Amino acid sequence: MAPFTVRTRRTAAASGHAAVLVFFVTFLAFPFYWMLITTFKTTQDLYNTANNPYFFNDPPTLHHLQVLFGDTQYLQWLANTAFVGVAVVAITLVLAVPAGYALARMTGAGAQNLGIAIFLTYLVPPTILFIPFSRIIATLGLQDSLWSLVVVYPSFTVPFCTWLLMGFFKAIPRDLEDAAMIDGLSRLGAFIKVVIPLSVAGMLTAVIFAFTLVTQEFVYGVTFITSSASYTVSVGVPTFLVRGDVYFWGSMMGACLIASVPIAVIYNFFVDRFVTGFTVGAVK
Amino acid sequence: MRSPAVATSIDRNAPGLLSRIADSESWLWRLMLAPAILYILLLVGFPFLLSLYYSLSDATVASREMHFVGLENFRRVVESETFWVALENTVVFTVISQILVLVFANALAMALLADFRGKWLVRLLILLPWVAPISLGSVGWLWIFDSIYSVINWTLRAAHLLGPHQWPIWLGTPDLAMASIITVQVWRMLPLATVIILAGLCSIPQDIHDAAAVDGAGFWRHLFQITLPLVMPVGLVALLFGIVFTFTDLIVVFVLTRGGPYDTTQVLASWAYFTGIQGGDLAGGAAISLFLLPVLVVVAIVFLRSARRAEVA
Repeated sequence: MAPFTVRTRRTAAASGHAAVLVFFVTFLAFPFYWMLITTFKTTQDLYNTANNPYFFNDPPTLHHLQVLFGDTQYLQWLANTAFVGVAVVAITLVLAVPAGYALARMTGAGAQNLGIAIFLTYLVPPTILFIPFSRIIATLGLQDSLWSLVVVYPSFTVPFCTWLLMGFFKAIPRDLEDAAMIDGLSRLGAFIKVVIPLSVAGMLTAVIFAFTLVTQEFVYGVTFITSSASYTVSVGVPTFLVRGDVYFWGSMMGACLIASVPIAVIYNFFVDRFVTGFTVGAVK
Repeated sequence: MRSPAVATSIDRNAPGLLSRIADSESWLWRLMLAPAILYILLLVGFPFLLSLYYSLSDATVASREMHFVGLENFRRVVESETFWVALENTVVFTVISQILVLVFANALAMALLADFRGKWLVRLLILLPWVAPISLGSVGWLWIFDSIYSVINWTLRAAHLLGPHQWPIWLGTPDLAMASIITVQVWRMLPLATVIILAGLCSIPQDIHDAAAVDGAGFWRHLFQITLPLVMPVGLVALLFGIVFTFTDLIVVFVLTRGGPYDTTQVLASWAYFTGIQGGDLAGGAAISLFLLPVLVVVAIVFLRSARRAEVA
C-alpha cells in the first residue's frame, strides 16, 4: 500500500472519530449548555426572537439566581434533598453492608441465588408500587412528610447497594480474615476490624450511588408530597416552578443546573465501579 | 459452642470441625442478611401484593372501605380507548428508543475506546444526562421545545430549513410530541448503555483484534464479525436495563406533555399516575400499572438466564 493512502485513511478515520464524538457530546451536553446560558441571560434577551439565542446579546445578569434563591423555596428543597439523602444513605449502609458481606462469604448455590433475587428487586419499578404505597403512607400519617421518602427510598437503594458491596467484599482475599481470626478475632470482629477498613472505597461508591438515586427519584416524591415546603429538588422544580402561565425560564434553568452538575462531577470518579455492578459478571 | 477462632486455629482440614464452623457461621450470615431481606419484603413484597389486591377491589383515595370486585377493573381498563393508546405509545416509546440507544451507544463507545486528550471531560459531559435528575433534564428540554422560543426552530429557520409559515409546535402536536419524548428518553438512557458497552469493548482481548487485522479483515467485517458478536452479552445487559427504565417510566412524559395533547402521548405508567393518584381511583391505577408486569417478568427471566450463563462460562 502506498504511504499516501495510508495517511489519507488514517486522517479519514481520525476525523470520523472526531465527528462521532462531537455529534454525541453536542447532543448529550447541549441541554446543560442551554441551562447555563439561559440562567445568566436578561429576560428581554431571552424573549426577543430576533436575537441569536446562542450568545449573550445583553450583558449576563444574576437576576434569575436572585429570584430563585430569594423568592422561591429552592434552598428549602435543596436542604430537603440533602436531609433525605443523608438519612437514606445511613439506612442503606446499615442494611446493605452486612448483607453484602454475608452474601460474599456464604458458600453454596443458595447464596448466589439469594444475591440475584435481591438484585432483581431493584428491577421492580416504583410505577408498580406507588399506588399501594400512597395508601400505606396515608395510613401511617406520613403524607407531606420527608420521613415518607426516608422510609421508602431504601427499597431501591438497598438491593443495588447490597449487590455492589457483595462484589467489593468478594474482591477482598479471605486469607486476611483467616489470619485475623487465627490472631484471636471472631468472624464478626475480623469483618469490623479488617474488612471494613479495606473496603472504604467500595462503601464510598455505594454512598454516592445511593445519594444519586435519591436526588433522581421523582415518582414517590410526587405521589407522597403535596405541600411545596416538603418537596425535594427533583419534584419541586418540575411541579411547582412549572405552573401557571408565566414561566421563569432563567430561574428554572438555574435550578436544574445547580442540582445536576456537582453530583455528576463526583459520580464521574466512580463510574467504572458502578458499571461493574451493572454488568453482573457479563464482563470478565 | 466452640468459637470459630479456636476451631480454625486447631485443624483446618478436619471435616467434622469445618462443618461445625459452617454451622455457627451460618447463624451469623442469617443475622447479617435478615434486616436487609425483611426491609425488602416489607417495602417491595408487601406493596406488590397490595397492588394485586387493589387491582381486584374498588379502592379509592376518598374511601377507607373497599370491596372485592374481581376482574372488573381490568375490564374497565381494557375497554377504555386511552388504554390502547397508552399501550401502543409505551411499546413504541420503548422499542424505538432502545433501538436508537443500542446503535448510538455502540458508535459512541467505539469512539471512546481510543485514548485522546480531554477524555475525562468528555466522559463527564457524556454522563451528565444519566446522573442529573431526569425530571430536571426534562425541564431543560421543555425550554428547548418551547412553543415560541424553541432554539431548534430558531436554528432551523436561521438555516432556511423552515419556511416563513412553518413553526413546529414540538409538544403540542401528537406525532411531534411523541418524537420529542423519545428523543429525551434516548438522551437520558444513552450514557448508561455507552459505559456498559464500553466496559464490554475493553474486555475483548487485544490478540483477537490483532488476529483479525493480520487476516486482513476490513473495518465493517471486523465490526460485524468480531466486535459486535463479542460485545453482545454486555449489550444484552444494557438493553435489559434500558427496557426496564423505559417501559416503566413516567417522568419524561409527565414533565414534557402530561400525556397531552388529549392523552395522545400517555404511556401506561403516566396514565396509571393520572388515574390512580390525581384521579383518586386507586383500583384502576393499580390495574393499569400491573399491565407493565408481563414485560418485567420476561426481562427478569432473560436476565437470570444470562447471569447463569456468565456463571458457567
